[in-house]
This record gives sequence, C-alpha cells and structure tokens, in this order.
Amino acid sequence: MSFSVGLAVAAYGVSFGALSVTAGLDVWQTCVLSLLMFSGGSQFALIGVLASGGVAAGGAAIAGAALLGTRNALYALRVAPFIGVSWPRKAIVAHLTIDESTAVSTAQTTLAAQRAGFWWTGLIIYFGWNIATLLGAVIGDLLGDVRQYGLDAAAAAAFLGLLWPRLRQLQPVVVAIAAAVVAASLTPVLPAGIPVLAAALVAVVVGITNWLGVKR
Amino acid sequence: MTVWQIVILASIAVLAIKLVGYLIPPTWVEKPTPARVANLLTIALLSGLVVVQTLGAGQAIVADARVPALIVAAGLFALRVPFILVIIAAAVVAALIRLLF
Repeated sequence: MSFSVGLAVAAYGVSFGALSVTAGLDVWQTCVLSLLMFSGGSQFALIGVLASGGVAAGGAAIAGAALLGTRNALYALRVAPFIGVSWPRKAIVAHLTIDESTAVSTAQTTLAAQRAGFWWTGLIIYFGWNIATLLGAVIGDLLGDVRQYGLDAAAAAAFLGLLWPRLRQLQPVVVAIAAAVVAASLTPVLPAGIPVLAAALVAVVVGITNWLGVKR
Repeated sequence: MTVWQIVILASIAVLAIKLVGYLIPPTWVEKPTPARVANLLTIALLSGLVVVQTLGAGQAIVADARVPALIVAAGLFALRVPFILVIIAAAVVAALIRLLF
C-alpha cells in the first residue's frame, strides 16, 4: 500500500518540479521547497501564486501555502496518539505528516501496522517526492518556452486533480463553486494572489455556520 | 522580497503548522468546527487556484487554450484516469490548440 501510494506521488513530484520552474523558480529553489516544505498542496499553491503575480505577490503566496498547510495540523492530531516517539524525533514525524502518511497509517487496525504505515509511507514519499521534483525541475528547465508545451494548462489540471477527490458531498461542491466565483470576479480588481485568499473566506463562513453540512 | 526569502519563509510556516499539531491538546480535534473549516479551506483555496490558473493572465480574465484543456482534464478525472496521465493530456490539448490556431 505504501509502495503504490509512493509511486503515484512520485508522478506528482515530476509535475511539481516542471511547473515550479515554469513559475519562475530555479532548480535549487524548487528542490528546497520539496525538501523543507514537503506538502504538495502548499507547494503547488506557492508556485501558482508566484506564477501569476511574481515576487510582488510573495506575501499572498506564503499565506496561501500556509493556509493550505493547516490541514496537516489536523492530521498531526490524528497521528499523535499512536506514533509513540518523543522530541526531537517527533519533529521528523511532524515533517512527514502529510495527506498520504496520515491516510495510510490511520487505515491500519493494529498499533504496529499504524506506526509502520506512517514511517514507510512518509519516508518513501519523502525520497520519491524529492527525487521526482529534481527530475521535473531539470526537465522543465530544458523545455524553455513552456506555454508552447501547454504546461500552464497542466498547472490548472494539477490543482483540479488535488481538488477532485474532495468533492464527494454537497457542502464541498458548493464551497468549491462559490470560491471559484469569488476568485474569478476579484482577479481584475485585486493584486495577484489576493483573490485566492479571498476565496478562502467562503470556507471560513460555510465551515463555521455549517451551511448545507451533515449534522453530527 | 526575493524568491529565496519567499521559499524559506513559506517552508518555515508550513513546517511550523505541522509542529503545532503535535503541541496542541488532542481534545481540540473532537470539536467538529475547526476540522470542517480546515477541510473546506483546502477545497476553497484549490478551487480558487484552478480558476486563476485557468483564466488568469496577470490581472485580466481570458479564455484561451487552457479552458478546453481543463475541460478534458475534468472529464478524465471523472473517468478515474491516473493523475500524471491527466496532467500530460491537459498539456497536450493546450499545446495542440496553440500549434493549430
């Protein structure tokens, strides 16, 4: 299970590397993002905002990456009870706490399998993601004029691919549509990066009121 | 800010958020509202990014080769085609349209 997840993520890594270079980062900056940030959604968000607004949108790019990273804190709350390590090793656990390591480990039924699932998935993805990023960045660098190869459209499709599996219920679908409308209508009037952050307000409003949500 | 400063600051922010999850009391997770907001936040941000990446050209909104590429991508995701193949298909559609028109 860890291995197949690792393979899929390595494929994301190649797309990330190529798209990051397309967005104006160099190969080293791209690799540092995968080594230090290590959270696919946040990394794609950062380069997406920088692609549209350049370094002038730096603040919005950082905010966007951080907001997309908030779900990792919730994953940490689910992993913490079974992971069984103390500081400073817990810092490594924190770094490896992402969508996939959480999903694989929490799907296991025994304590040993949960721990093994977390470490194997986290480490395989960490190495796979970073090697794939480097490969993608070098390929992106060699391609040159990337619009000609449709890499800007590939970036849009990459975000759609991250979004797609989350659209299983009415509430997320409504939030996605409303956020899309907000981002599109604010793009002509606000600096690059800000419309995406404004779209996040839709989530805060719907999330707090639980409009259209499932009663628990 | 330079690109390097942006890369380093954003990386520290994302790592710090992961660490916070191991420092705050676990009782917090039992409350559904923070969890729901965080999940919807991911969805709203990704949706906003899809739109800006598909229609944005600086501050302008334009419909170009990226739009049909995204429609093809949506169709392929609906058919459960693997991520990397969909990304390649989207790039090929946009590249072909630009080559032909």
